[in-house]
Amino acid sequence: MTGPKTLAEKIWEAHVVDSPLADAARREALGDEAAGGVPTDLLYIDLHLVHEVTSPQAFEGLRLAGNSVRRPDLTLATIDHNVPTIGRDLPNPDPLSAQQIDVMRRNAEEFGIPLYDVFDMRQGIVHVIGPEQGLTQPGMTIVCGDSHTSTHGAFGALAFGIGTSEVEHVLATQTMRQVRPRTMSVEVTGELGPGVMAKDVILAIINEIGVDGGVGHVIEYRGEVIRNLSLEGRMTVCNMSIEGGARAGLVAPDETTFAYMQGRRHVPQGEDWDRALEYWRSLPTDQGATFDKEVVLDGANIPPFVTWGTNPGQSVTVNDAIPHPDSFDEPTKREAAARALEYQALEAGTPIRDIPIDRVFLGSCTNGRIEDLRSAASVIQGKRVADGVNAMVVPGSGLVKMQAEQEGLDQVFLDAGFEWRDAGCSMCLGMNPDILAPGERCASTSNRNFEGRQGPGGRTHLVSPAMAAAAAIAGHFVDVREVI
Amino acid sequence: MDAVTNVTGRAVPMDRSNVDTDQIIPAKYLKRIERTGYGPFAFEAWRKDPDFVLNNASYDGAVIMLAKHNFGSGSSREHAVWAIEGLGVRALIAPSFADIFRNNCFQGGILTVELPEEDVDELMRRATDDPTTEIEIDLETQTVRAAEWERTFEIDPFRKYRLQRGLDDISMTIEYDADVAAFEAQRSPLFPSTGV
Repeated sequence: MTGPKTLAEKIWEAHVVDSPLADAARREALGDEAAGGVPTDLLYIDLHLVHEVTSPQAFEGLRLAGNSVRRPDLTLATIDHNVPTIGRDLPNPDPLSAQQIDVMRRNAEEFGIPLYDVFDMRQGIVHVIGPEQGLTQPGMTIVCGDSHTSTHGAFGALAFGIGTSEVEHVLATQTMRQVRPRTMSVEVTGELGPGVMAKDVILAIINEIGVDGGVGHVIEYRGEVIRNLSLEGRMTVCNMSIEGGARAGLVAPDETTFAYMQGRRHVPQGEDWDRALEYWRSLPTDQGATFDKEVVLDGANIPPFVTWGTNPGQSVTVNDAIPHPDSFDEPTKREAAARALEYQALEAGTPIRDIPIDRVFLGSCTNGRIEDLRSAASVIQGKRVADGVNAMVVPGSGLVKMQAEQEGLDQVFLDAGFEWRDAGCSMCLGMNPDILAPGERCASTSNRNFEGRQGPGGRTHLVSPAMAAAAAIAGHFVDVREVI
Repeated sequence: MDAVTNVTGRAVPMDRSNVDTDQIIPAKYLKRIERTGYGPFAFEAWRKDPDFVLNNASYDGAVIMLAKHNFGSGSSREHAVWAIEGLGVRALIAPSFADIFRNNCFQGGILTVELPEEDVDELMRRATDDPTTEIEIDLETQTVRAAEWERTFEIDPFRKYRLQRGLDDISMTIEYDADVAAFEAQRSPLFPSTGV
C-alpha cells in the first residue's frame, strides 16, 4: 500500500511476516476468493506481557506440544490479578490463587522468562509496569492476555488484548494471526475545563460512540485535548478503548512521549536514542491519510462523568439525573437501561449527586498511576472520609507506591481515612480478597461496571480519581469542580 | 482442534445485548488452571433467576446460541469460550461479536456467524416460539437454514480454510519459521529486550 498512511497502518505494515494476499501458494490453497478478502496477516510481536491468570493453560499447551518460548527476551511476566494487597508476607488466604501464582513462578522459571515477582519493587499491574520500565515504546506491537493492553497505545504502540490460545501462539512463535483492522479517528478539540480529567474524556467518548462503536477498528485519539494530556492521561484514554469495543487505541508519539520515556531503564540511550527518535518521528499519521470512521468531540463541553448502569456507555454528567429507560429510542437500549436500573437499585430521575456510596476504589490499570494519586490527594488534603464509607488506594505498581510515599501522598490518604495498599489489580475485577459485598455501592476509578464485576451483587459507578476522592469525602457524588 | 463443517440442532435464544464475559464466566473461576470444566459456572449469576433461558429445559442440548449485538464484550478471558463450549454450544449467531471473544471462539473451533439484526431476530422468534426449531449452519456454503428460511454469511477465507480442516494455528505458523527468522534478522536492534 502506498500513499498517505495512518499511524496504525504504518506499525501494522512494518510487522507483517506473512500475508495470505502476498503469498501465491497460500492464495491458491484458499481459492481465488481470498484475493479479495480481508487479509489475516501473520504479525511479529515486539513485546509479550504475561500474567498469572490467562497463561497457565498456554504454558501447559507448550509442554504438551513440546514447544519452547521462542523469544523469552521479548517476554515479561508479573503477578497482578490475584495477589492480595495486604498481608503479602502471610500465606495466601485463597489456595486457588496461591496455586495460580505458584504456577506462574514455575512457568517463568522453566521457560526462562523474566518475572517481576510479588516482592519485587517493579511488580505491579502489567499495563503500568511496561511503560514504567521503558519497555513500551512507539512503533512496537505489544500483546498481553488482557483486554486492557490497549493502554500501551498511549505511546504510539499497537497493542492488543488476546486470549489464552493466542498467548500460547505468541509464546511459541512470537507472532500472531490477525485480521487487518479498520481505522477510526476520534478527535477531541478545544480545551478541558478545570477538574475534568482524561477519565471523563474517555467516558464521554464511549457515551458518544457506544460500547460497540469501535468494534473491528483501531482508534487513533487526536486533537488538541489529547495532545495536551500527559502520558498518564493518554494511558487512561487508550486503556478504555476496549470499553468502546475497539481492538486497540493509540496516540501519535510526540515530545511529551519522548520526555516521559527518556532515561527509563529499557529505553535506548546515547546515539541509539537519536536513531530511535528518528523512527518514532516518522510514525504519526500522514497528512491526507483517511480513516474508515471519524468522530469529533468538543473538549470544552466535557464535564465530569459518572456511569449509572452496567456497561461503561451508560453514563451521564455529574449534574444530570438517572435517565428514564423510555428516554432511549432503541428498544435494546431501553431494555438494557431497565435491567441496569434494577440491578443497580436506582430510580430513574434521581440526581446523580443524591446517590450515596459505601466504598471508594482508587486504582487499576486505568487510574492507578502517580498522577491519578496526586489528583485524588489534592482533593482530600486536610479532609476526612465520610462516616460509613470505606475507601482504599491500590497503587498500580510497587514503584508508583514508592514514589507516592516519597511525595507524602500516603500520609494524605491515611490522614483522610483511606486504606493504603500494595500494588495489584485488586477490586477492579475482584479476583483477590478485595471485593464488594452484595448490594454495596462503589465509586470506582476502574474501567468496568458490569454486573458483579467488583464482587457478586456489587454496584459500580465509574468516575475519575478526583471525582472518586470527592465522593469519598462527601459520602455521595459531588461535582469535583465545586470542591477544588 | 476438531474440524468444523456443519452445526445442526436446537438453538437457545440469549435475548440481551452487550453480554459481557464477566457474565459468561465470573472472575472467581479464572483461578482454575485447567481448560475444561467451566460449563457448570457459565452465566452463574443469571442462572439464579428461574426464568433465565438456560434454566428452561426445552433448550437442553442446544448446540447453537442466538445472541444480540456485541456479544462477548469486555475481558479477553478465553475461559468464556470454554464455558460456552462446556454448555454444549458449538456455534453462535449474532448481529455482532466483540473482537477478542470472536478470536477466542475461532481458536476453540466455536463457529461465530454474523447475520443482520432482523435475521437474528427472526431466528430468535422461531426458537422462542418453538424450542425444537432446528437450525443448520453449513460452513462450506456459508449458509444458515431454518426449514424454508435461508441466509448466507461472510467469513474470512483463511479462517474458513483452517476451521474446515481443523488445523492447529501454532503448527501452521511453525511452518513459517524461516520467514519469522528472516523478519527477525532485519528487525531493528533498538527494540527493547526484557532481560533483567
